[in-house]
Amino acid sequence: MAELKLTDVSKSYGDVEVLRDINLDISTGELIVFVGPSGCGKSTLLRMIAGLEKISGGKLEIDGLLVNDVPPAQRGVAMVFQSYALYPHMTVRENMAFALQIAKWQKNDIDEAVNKAAQALQLDPYLDRLPKALSGGQRQRVAIGRSIVRDPKVFLFDEPLSNLDAALRVATRIEISQLKQNMPESTMIYVTHDQVEAMTLASRIVVLHGGDIEQVGAPLELYERPKNEFVARFIGSPAMNLFPGEIVETGEKTVVRLEGGGEAQSQIPSKENDKGRKVNVGIRPEDFTLANGSGIYSGNVQISEALGEVTLLYFDKESIEDEGVIAKLPGIHPGLLHQNVSVSADPSKVHIFVNGISLLYS
Amino acid sequence: MENMAGTRARLVWAVNLSAVILVLLWIIPTVGLLVSSFRDRDQIITSGWWKALFPSEQSTFVRSSPPDTQIEENGVYIISGNLFNESDIEGELVAFGVNSRNPSAFSLGEEAPMSKERTLFLKENGDYRIESPEPHTGSRGVRIFVTYVEPAQFTLDNYRQVIFAEGIGQSFLNTFSVTIPATVIPILVAAFAAYALAWMQFPGRAILIAVVVGLLVVPLQLALIPLLRFHNSIGIGKEYIGIWLAHTGFGLPLAVYLLRNYIAGLPREIIESARVDGATDFQIFRRIVLPLSFPALASFAIFQFLWVWNDLLVATIFLGNSEQQLVMTGRLRELLGSRGGDWEILASSAFVSIVVPLIVFFAMQKFLVRGLLAGSVKGG
Repeated sequence: MAELKLTDVSKSYGDVEVLRDINLDISTGELIVFVGPSGCGKSTLLRMIAGLEKISGGKLEIDGLLVNDVPPAQRGVAMVFQSYALYPHMTVRENMAFALQIAKWQKNDIDEAVNKAAQALQLDPYLDRLPKALSGGQRQRVAIGRSIVRDPKVFLFDEPLSNLDAALRVATRIEISQLKQNMPESTMIYVTHDQVEAMTLASRIVVLHGGDIEQVGAPLELYERPKNEFVARFIGSPAMNLFPGEIVETGEKTVVRLEGGGEAQSQIPSKENDKGRKVNVGIRPEDFTLANGSGIYSGNVQISEALGEVTLLYFDKESIEDEGVIAKLPGIHPGLLHQNVSVSADPSKVHIFVNGISLLYS
Repeated sequence: MENMAGTRARLVWAVNLSAVILVLLWIIPTVGLLVSSFRDRDQIITSGWWKALFPSEQSTFVRSSPPDTQIEENGVYIISGNLFNESDIEGELVAFGVNSRNPSAFSLGEEAPMSKERTLFLKENGDYRIESPEPHTGSRGVRIFVTYVEPAQFTLDNYRQVIFAEGIGQSFLNTFSVTIPATVIPILVAAFAAYALAWMQFPGRAILIAVVVGLLVVPLQLALIPLLRFHNSIGIGKEYIGIWLAHTGFGLPLAVYLLRNYIAGLPREIIESARVDGATDFQIFRRIVLPLSFPALASFAIFQFLWVWNDLLVATIFLGNSEQQLVMTGRLRELLGSRGGDWEILASSAFVSIVVPLIVFFAMQKFLVRGLLAGSVKGG
């Protein structure tokens, strides 16, 4: 129910600048996911929106009002913390009612709001328990319920699932997804380092890296048309393979001769003067197919991991640090281990990066 | 593996054994005081408390019947009687003597020559006989020095004396009127200060904390007289309000330090969560921080209560000696006499005055719980 507008927002601790000139428009009903590696500033940005960190520069507007210096409570935001942050001495009911009591609601209204939220999150059997008598998933649901009852303008989630075990994480993720569907009007900002959460939940993903926004876009847009090598490698797992090479043919389609031999054809158009440029060709492991004869890449399979639905092939992995080349082939492929295998990819799946920036956006 | 388990078991034994020894060492003085509190003055003087369960050998003298009870038999003048009947000696006679230098010079039944050619006989049953060729003169009986073994003896007289001493009830009330406000006021002040020093941003916070820690090392004796003069100058010298403020001042550095460390250790997310929920600093303090700080509050309350309860110095300086102002410690000091030599009173009064702190401790103990933060944050 709210629009957010960040204009040139920055944050520094003394001389250390952790966020630079963040510009972002968030409209009503969106679920924005901030994603990025550790230390990229995503949590800091969220805490600045919540009002828990001072904004060093720029403007933060909620519904057109400048809120840089407005205390958290008056911004109309609710936050779910990574560590739940429940009030340990209060029952679930008291935890959920706390904000409403502070806001001096009538007792009847409080009960009604709490019961409604508890029902939505299936917490009604636990309303009179203390947090210590709840499981991790229930605690996180209480934390979410505590934010729902306030009916805030903006929901902020700070890595809400990272303390849960794998199975619970999936279940709670789906719950959040349903929650969003039941509240189509509410604006949510969600911080995570888990790209699966980002891809499944987000209406738009903001990829942060080293204090800058790398790309903002819908999940599939980031997957299919990454703006740069960082986004390309960050979104998708295993990460995209990069092969250095040189453009040899330009036009509607671009052909790159790779340094390791082999040629890659891409549907990305290029200009005449791009010819001869040093580029990186990016191909996702899952876009590789087995090639008859010489493909884009051929090498010796050193490790083969059969996962049932897919098989992961690791080529040319010289050392533990060396990522080598990875191919993800559907189905089961016994007998490829220690063989020389050629792989190729459809031209529509081949990305080209010039100086780290996708040719698409140059 | 078996070998390792053996070593481990032995280690556990060693640890347990040393713990037991340490505990015993630790409580020996208390046990001694407890035993002494049930013994009477003479026993305490002649033997140590560890001999309390055994009979003790005592020496004293008893006066014989006066000379006017003498009878003459064959030209010999005799005074006779029974020691046990004529004195409060209890126990078994061991030896006797005729002067204080050697009260056990003769064994029972022996013939003990005295001055003026008199002779003293003493039997085990306490019968004595003094024979003299001349008539006995004077108005008082002869001193018979005896050594006897007294059986182990315990008495409640000391407690009776302490508990029913004149004015002790009033002193008890006076002590409460000092102790309760002097415990509550510093906790109130310190809890607010601790929250501010832990969770509120303001310039000079770090320096303020350093000053508080610095104040911990200032001995209170240094401040007694200046403070009293100050109290006198503003008109609260020798009044209850004065001693409350004095104890508050002396207790605050420790209280602030203790509580700040505890409160600063509360999970940041809880405080932030409350802030996002719209709570003001005061509401966070009252609704979140205070309930979660009960263990720290309780431990400081116990500290401060004990210290104020047992305090004599500050009370002597900041309160008068009148019936309305004399505290327990002061009253007990008076009971001890001007030379303070009455051990048995000291011992029993120690146990009388320990009762209230014990009650306070056990009442507060339920707040000293672990796991108060359980369920709040992951790993908390």
